[in-house]
Amino acid sequence: MNGRRAFLGAAAALGGVAVAPGLLLFEPARAEGVSSEVRWGMLVDTTRCVEGCTACVSACNKENGLSGGTRPTDSQWIRKIELREKTIGRTLSLPVMCQHCAEPPCVDVCPTGASFKRADGIVLVDRHICIGCRYCMMACPYKARSFVHQPLTDQKPDVPRGQGCVESCTLCVQRVDRGAQPACVEACKAEGREALLFGDLNDPQSAIARRMREAGAKQIRADLQLDTGVRYQGI
Amino acid sequence: MRSLAALALLALLVLPAGVTAGVDKPVLAPAKGEKCIAPPEVMRREHPDMLKHQRDLTVHQGVRGAKVNLEQCVECHASKQSGSVAATKQDFCESCHAYAGVKIDCFECHASRGEKK
Repeated sequence: MNGRRAFLGAAAALGGVAVAPGLLLFEPARAEGVSSEVRWGMLVDTTRCVEGCTACVSACNKENGLSGGTRPTDSQWIRKIELREKTIGRTLSLPVMCQHCAEPPCVDVCPTGASFKRADGIVLVDRHICIGCRYCMMACPYKARSFVHQPLTDQKPDVPRGQGCVESCTLCVQRVDRGAQPACVEACKAEGREALLFGDLNDPQSAIARRMREAGAKQIRADLQLDTGVRYQGI
Repeated sequence: MRSLAALALLALLVLPAGVTAGVDKPVLAPAKGEKCIAPPEVMRREHPDMLKHQRDLTVHQGVRGAKVNLEQCVECHASKQSGSVAATKQDFCESCHAYAGVKIDCFECHASRGEKK
């Protein structure tokens, strides 16, 4: 009994107090930071993604405090794209966001080092050192980045963002760091579609790695050899 | 000569007002929490360095849940009236920074109030 109690105490001290699986009462302190043993990625199954559904876009806007506007000057971290093959009339609908490249062009061109790739493969902008030059927006082949033109108020505590900086999809880094899934993935699941699958590309046993092995996973503009972390199935 | 006299008159008119008004002393309302992460004299002097050091670790290396945490600062020190640390001249951060004449950039991007529940 005593041994078991001591073990439980030690487990709680190590991992925070688990209220339910995947839900912690308080965050465990993570002093060592992220590791390159993990590479976060996402697989989009375009055969399950339907035209007209924008659940992922709304979830992203809500999670990150975006206005939801679609003018060229509004921030859009994820867009729904509708494609039609003219000759055979086949239509496709798919979300496009920052592809979290292993060799990101935005990082190559950034003059200040604000654009960077985290050890776990998530490409981010450090707004503390971004000077708003927008070179990265021009370098990105996916049109994934937005510039904040106007002063903002009422930002989310977890998602600081402000005027004069470039921003893009962060794979919901604030959620990933506490062990949760990105908001778009959860929203897609809640819609009952499960077109988005998030996980560790480096772990051969993870659901995403298995599905990619079995069903194949294409990159958009694979010719650029950027080794994207966001892959597509059925395009 | 006339302009000099005018200047002297102006100085007489303006000076007394300037001397009596002064600058408001900072108002530091007690925080919600029991104890800060360091003694007040350390916090007063070192909080900018603490935050700057931590922000790089958190953004670039993904270190979360550290002792120094702006979100926690805001949570604890947000004023009861405005719910913020920097919305009015009486709020915790703003009252001191107004007194010292140092502009705070933090809250142009970071939320100056805790998560709305």
